[in-house]
Amino acid sequence: MDLILEGIKKAFYLLFTFDPEVIGITFLSLKVSGIATLISLFIGISAGVTVALSRFIGKRIVVSLINTGMGLPPVVVGLFVTIFLWRNGPLGFLEILYTPTAMIIAQAIIATPIVTGITLAAIQQLPQKLQLQILALGATRLQMVWILIKEARLPLLAGVMAGFGGVISEVGASIMVGGNIKGYSRVLTTATVMETSRGNFDIAIALGIILLLLAYFINLILTQIQQRERPR
Amino acid sequence: MKKWNKSQVILSLIFGLFIMSGFVVPVQGVQKAIILATTTSTQDSGLLDVLIPIFEKKTGYFVKTIAVGSGQAMAMGQKGEADVLLVHSPAAEKKIVAEGYGINRRIIMHNDFIIVGPPGDSAKIKGIKLASEAFKKIASAQALFLSRSDKSGTHVKEMDIWKAAGIKPEGEKWYQQTGLGMGQILSVAAEKKGYTLADRGTYLALKKNLGFDILVEGDAILLNIYHVVEVNPSKWPKVNAGGGKAFADFMVSKETQEIIKTFGVDKFGSPLFFPDAGKKEEKLGK
Amino acid sequence: MRNSNILKDEALYSMVDAKMVMSESKPILEARNLEVRKGDTRLLAVPCLLIREGEILCLVGPNGAGKTTLLQTLSYLLKPFQGEIFFRGKKVGANHSVLEYRRKLAMVFQEPLLFDTTVFENVASGLKIRGMKRGEIHDRVIEQLERFGINHLHDRSAKTLSGGEAQRTSLARAFALQPEILLLDEPFASLDPPTRNSLIEDLEHIFQQIQTTAIFATHDRLEALRLSDRIAVMNGGEILQIGSSEEVMNHPVNELVASFLGMETILTGKVIKRNGRAFITSIGGQEIESVGEVHLGEAVTLCIRPENVTLSVHPSKEVTSATNVFPGKIVKIVPLGLYQKVQLNCGFPLVAYVTHHSLENLSLREGREAAASFKATAIHVIRRKER
Repeated sequence: MDLILEGIKKAFYLLFTFDPEVIGITFLSLKVSGIATLISLFIGISAGVTVALSRFIGKRIVVSLINTGMGLPPVVVGLFVTIFLWRNGPLGFLEILYTPTAMIIAQAIIATPIVTGITLAAIQQLPQKLQLQILALGATRLQMVWILIKEARLPLLAGVMAGFGGVISEVGASIMVGGNIKGYSRVLTTATVMETSRGNFDIAIALGIILLLLAYFINLILTQIQQRERPR
Repeated sequence: MKKWNKSQVILSLIFGLFIMSGFVVPVQGVQKAIILATTTSTQDSGLLDVLIPIFEKKTGYFVKTIAVGSGQAMAMGQKGEADVLLVHSPAAEKKIVAEGYGINRRIIMHNDFIIVGPPGDSAKIKGIKLASEAFKKIASAQALFLSRSDKSGTHVKEMDIWKAAGIKPEGEKWYQQTGLGMGQILSVAAEKKGYTLADRGTYLALKKNLGFDILVEGDAILLNIYHVVEVNPSKWPKVNAGGGKAFADFMVSKETQEIIKTFGVDKFGSPLFFPDAGKKEEKLGK
Repeated sequence: MRNSNILKDEALYSMVDAKMVMSESKPILEARNLEVRKGDTRLLAVPCLLIREGEILCLVGPNGAGKTTLLQTLSYLLKPFQGEIFFRGKKVGANHSVLEYRRKLAMVFQEPLLFDTTVFENVASGLKIRGMKRGEIHDRVIEQLERFGINHLHDRSAKTLSGGEAQRTSLARAFALQPEILLLDEPFASLDPPTRNSLIEDLEHIFQQIQTTAIFATHDRLEALRLSDRIAVMNGGEILQIGSSEEVMNHPVNELVASFLGMETILTGKVIKRNGRAFITSIGGQEIESVGEVHLGEAVTLCIRPENVTLSVHPSKEVTSATNVFPGKIVKIVPLGLYQKVQLNCGFPLVAYVTHHSLENLSLREGREAAASFKATAIHVIRRKER
C-alpha cells in the first residue's frame, strides 16, 4: 500500500514539476500512437467502407479475416515488423528499425484492423435503403460514402477510441521495433516495463498513472463529443 | 451542421496536438546511429544512462541501446543487426569471435554473481564458499530455484555452476524456467521465496524492495565479466564499423573506466562494477 | 393466360401512345422494355410506360407486386436492369448522364431515412449535395418547412421526431429539390391512420398548388383514388392495367385487378340465357342477371362491389326485372371503420357493406337470414378466355 501511495505521490510530483524526461516520454507516446491511429483511420475507414459497400465473392472470408485482425497480438506484429526492418531483411534499406517511425508502422498495423472492423460494422448497421436515399438525393458515389461516414460517426468515434487505446497501451511491439531507447523511442509502456525490472516501482507506478490519465482524458474528450451528438 | 463543425474542430485539434507534439520532442538524426546490443543488467543498473550521453556528446554518434539478454545480443551481432556488443557471456563471446562474426573483443569491467534466497534459507547454504556446493544443497533440499533460462550471461553462468555441481536440474519440480529478465526474476524469486543466481549490480539496485539476503558470494566461478565485441563489417557490410569501434574505444578509455569505478557508490554505498580495461581475463578474481 | 394479358396490355399501351401523340404534351418520362431479374425470378417486366408532364400516376398492387422495383428502376437505383429510359426524349445513360438525370428526380421511401442531424439540415441535404449556395438553400428549406407545417421543428434532431413529423421532413427534403418528377414509394404505409390522413390531405393540397409530375406507389386503393390522375395496377412485376382512375375502377381487365380494386364478390359461371345485352349466368344453382356483350355458353366472371349490395329483412315487393334478389344466411360480420362488412351465403358467397346504423335497424346478426339485392347494371362482367 505504501508503494502505491508513494507511486501516486511520485506521479504527481513528476507531472507537476514537468520532469523533462517524463514529459518527453509522454509526448512521444502521444505522437507515436496519435500518428499511428491517424494512419489507421485513413486506411481503416477506406478499407472498411469499401468492403461494407461492395459485393464480391469471398466477402465473408475477408470480413472474418478483418475480425481476426482486430485481435492481432502486438508481439506478433512486432516480430514481423522487426524481421522486415532488419538491416538484412527485405525492408532493411529503409534503416528505420529502432526508430519512432518503426513504432508508428507497427502500431498502425495493430490499429488498422480494429478501425476497419468497426467501420465495417458501423456502415453495415446503417439501413440498407439509406444508400439508395442518398443516391436518390443526387449524390455522387463519393458524396454518398462521405455522408455514410458522417452518419456512422458515433460508432466510428468508438473505433478511434478503441484503436488509440489499443496502441497507446501496447508494449510488446513497441519494445521490439522501438528498442526502448532513452530519449528517442522510449514511450510510457516500455518505460514502465523497464522501470519495473529496474526495481523503480514508484516511477513505474507514476508512468502507469500518467498512461491511465492520458487514456482517460482522450476518452473523455471523445465521449464528450458523442454525448453532445446525442439527440436532445 | 454547426454541431458537426464543432466536433470536427475538436477532432482536428486533437490530431493537430499529436502532430505538434512531434516538434516538442527533438527528432535526432539517424545517420550516425550505432546499435548497441547489450544485456539488461547494464541498462537496469543505470550505468549506460550515465555513459552514453557522454559518448554521444563527445563523438556525435547516436547510440540506440537495445537491452536484451546476452544470448539475444550476440545473436543480433551474429546477424549483423547490431554494431557493437556489451555482453557478459565469455564462452559464447569467444565462439562468435572464433567464427569471425565478432572482432576486437576487449575486457571492460566485472562484477560478480551472487546466490540469493529467502531469509529462512531452507537449503542452509548461507556462508558456503563454493557455488557448486551451494547448488548441490539446493538440489538435495529440493528448494525452489528460479532460472532465467534465456541464454543470457546469467543463465550461462548458472548452467556452468550446475555443471560443476554435476546436476542436471531441467525437468525437476523445484527448478522453474522463467524466461524473465534479471530485475523481474529477482522480484519473482522474492515473491515466491525461491533461490536464484543474480548479478550484484541488479541485486543492489533492487535490494530495497526485495528483503532478500546474499547467501553465497566470492567464489571465482561467480565472476561476471563484461566485454565489448565489435561486429565484423566484412561479414555484414551494413554494419557501422566506425561507430562500433568508437564506442568500444570509449568504453576502454581511461575516463570511462574512471566513471565505472565510482558508479553506484553514492547510491548503494559500494560500486556496482569494477573497471578492468587492459587486464587479462584469467587473472581476475585471483 | 398471362401471355394473352400482355398482348392485351400492349394493345392498350399503343392506344395510350396514340392519345399521347395527339395531345400537345410530349411524355416527360418514357420507359421501354424494362426488365429486372434476380436469378431465375423475374421481378419486373414493363414493356412500355409513359409519364405525362404534370400528371400523378399511382402504382397500386399488393405487397411484392413490383412497385418498389419499378420506382427504383426508373430512378436508376436498381442495377442491373434491361431496357431504356428516356427523359424528355433523351436516353438516360447515353445522351443524358445518370447523375444529371437523378438530380431531376426526388424520391421518398416508406421509411423517412433521415440523416442524424437537425430537421433543417435534413431538408437542406439534397440542395447541399448539389452545391447550392447557403442563402439560397435557406430560403428554399424554410419554404418547404412551412409548406409541411414543420417550421417549429427546424432545430430539432431528426432522431427525436415522431413518425409523422419524420415523414413530413422526408417529403420536405424531396420537395425542396423542386424535382421534375417526384417518386413516392408508399410514403404513408408505416404511419398510423390519423397521421396518414392528415398527411394525405396536406399532400393533396400541395399537389393542387404546384404542378408536379409524380409517380406514387401505394397498396391502398383509396389513397390512390384520392391523389392520382391515372392508376396503374401491378402484380407479379407486371402492369396489369393502366388508365384513368374511373376507367380502372369501373372496368377492371381481369379478376386480379377487380379484386384489388375492391370488388369483394367475384363469381365465375356459364351464360345460360341471353336476351339482347342482358344475360343470365348460373352460379351455385342460382341465376344472376347482368348486362354485357357475351355469347351463350361462355364462361364469365362477375364482379360486384360490396357497396352496391343492399340488404333487407323483408324482400321488397316491387322487384324490377333488372334487380337480382337472393335470400341468404349471414355467415360473418366484420367491423370495418365506417362500414360493417357482411358476408352472406346465398348459394354463392356475397359480400355487402352496410352502415352501422342499418345493421342495428335491421338487427342483422351472424346466423340470421337476410335478402341481398343488387342491380344487374352494377355487375362488372369479365369474359373468361377459353383455354
